[in-house]
Amino acid sequence: MPMLANDIEALIRETFPDAKITINDLAGDGNHFSAEVVEESFRNLNRVQQQRAVYASLKGKMDGAHGELHALQLTTKAPD
Amino acid sequence: MMVNVTSSGTQRPLRRNSQTDEIPTMSAEEQIKDTVTTNDVVLFMKGTKAMPQCGFSNHVVGVLTTIGVEFQDVDVLADPEIRQGIKNYSDWPTIPQLYVKGEFVGGCDIISEMTMSGELDALLDKSGVSYSKEAAKKIRDANG
Repeated sequence: MPMLANDIEALIRETFPDAKITINDLAGDGNHFSAEVVEESFRNLNRVQQQRAVYASLKGKMDGAHGELHALQLTTKAPD
Repeated sequence: MMVNVTSSGTQRPLRRNSQTDEIPTMSAEEQIKDTVTTNDVVLFMKGTKAMPQCGFSNHVVGVLTTIGVEFQDVDVLADPEIRQGIKNYSDWPTIPQLYVKGEFVGGCDIISEMTMSGELDALLDKSGVSYSKEAAKKIRDANG
């Protein structure tokens, strides 16, 4: 079943309650999203570490052929 | 050392020995480690550099090719063990995955951001990988 933008935001929000999270459904098919996560605790992490943390918050939704989420275009940063 | 992938696009499954066509005794993880440490730049992707099978993989191939980086492509669709193994290796859930000097650099989004910010140039400089600074600048000028 396709995921909704709200579901993705809720999952990320569980791990990062204070982050600024912006989700866009890129193709309108519930399968290709972009997510921007602006989070203070990212400040001392490199991009790989930041995005690993976001992927971890999605709890396996990205995993392989059975993942509900095929493509998530991810942008992560600390607040300016 | 296993040299059983080619850059011509006629790639065999990574874990198959091209001479004997037998599956070697190395585990998927050992094969991955061997590949990323014996090649300066490796892209684990869906499809080959000549025929990418996914838009994200295609995008990274486009960046590397445009700036003239020589790289080894590994088609994860050719071997399910490599496809899962590379995700475990980097603790990263998606393909493509770019490695420079054995270090995981990132996937499509990170490579795009690093290209635009100049961080990719800095990484390649630091790693002694040759590329065209001019072409990298052209990408920035065209997308900036």
